[in-house]
Amino acid sequence: MAEPWTAAAHRLFKKHNIRTVGYVPDAGLTELIKSCDADNDIKSVVMTTEEEGIGLSSGAWLGGEKAAVLMQSSGVGNTVNAIASIVSSCQFPLFMIVTMRGQYGESNPWQMPMGQAVVPVLKSLGMHVFEVETDEEATEAIEAGLKMAFVSNAAVAILIGQKLIGAKSFIADVAEEVINVDN
Amino acid sequence: MSTTKLNRSDVLNKLMEVRGNALAIAGLGSPVWDLAASDHQPENFYNWGGMGCAVSMGLGCALAQPKRNVWVITGDGEALMGVGSFATVANQRPDNLVIIILDNEHYGETGMQKTHTSGGTDLAAMAAGAGIPTTMTVYTDEDLNKLINALSSSPLPLVANIKVENTKPKLVLPSRDGVYIKTRFRQAVLGSTAAMHIT
Repeated sequence: MAEPWTAAAHRLFKKHNIRTVGYVPDAGLTELIKSCDADNDIKSVVMTTEEEGIGLSSGAWLGGEKAAVLMQSSGVGNTVNAIASIVSSCQFPLFMIVTMRGQYGESNPWQMPMGQAVVPVLKSLGMHVFEVETDEEATEAIEAGLKMAFVSNAAVAILIGQKLIGAKSFIADVAEEVINVDN
Repeated sequence: MSTTKLNRSDVLNKLMEVRGNALAIAGLGSPVWDLAASDHQPENFYNWGGMGCAVSMGLGCALAQPKRNVWVITGDGEALMGVGSFATVANQRPDNLVIIILDNEHYGETGMQKTHTSGGTDLAAMAAGAGIPTTMTVYTDEDLNKLINALSSSPLPLVANIKVENTKPKLVLPSRDGVYIKTRFRQAVLGSTAAMHIT
């Protein structure tokens, strides 16, 4: 069985000397966040908005360290100006892992529009975008992306597809009791 | 509450006298010109864009350089745009991060429209509410002396909101070239070899 992508990501963060990991949580990021939180060599930073991750990552680079930024796809919308104005203008490295919503099997219609916008938005910012749908693809793309970001001063986003992380069980699918109003 | 306001360049000149070897990150707008006027040096990072990110950038730098102090010098509008970062900083508690806000209660670069701090919003109280251990509002020279004392004697991180006159500072402009500003900063902090080669 393939190494789960979350374990591979943590292993590769260590291999590539990622010292700060900023995140806004997502269900699909749970295992990776847990392993970063538990790692004394990684400064694990919970953020109030994904935009902070761009400042955090750029500031870490100014101080001589590498950072990674983790977010759900809807959070990509909060990062746009910071990526354009700071990362692009200064050619800061940027490495993001984005767990997707609004894709394969989505059950919350409000997730659909931003989920669909992620790829064109990030590409319009000049980012390198890798969409992955298996553990093996994810591991390869994370390794490749880390090299590109920190050796080639690139801005890279790894999009973990909903097919891989599994469509989130909507609360109505798992709740003990569901009462519908607005009938 | 006092209505006294300090002169922004006097404030920054006085603070830079006690900067020591702190790294400085200036937030978009007048604080960039202020810092360039008071203490232009390679260990200054000037944000010509990215409004709202100065504090999170300061946090990233402070976590990466725990043996150096990092001073974020920014304005009220810039700080308000990224105000959630106070909570993120408070959770991390870097004991080397200082956030100085030059609060003229206006958006200085866009036509001097009023910011929320002119309408009763208290940035020091917001920072305290976020959990920042040392916070203060500076109105007078006496308050400024208290801040200078706190920089070496109070627990960090620290947020100081300094009420300054709503005057246009003289424009002392650093380079607009972000790649140059970034590389110059890294060379100064890390040494030329480490700044240029990846480990």
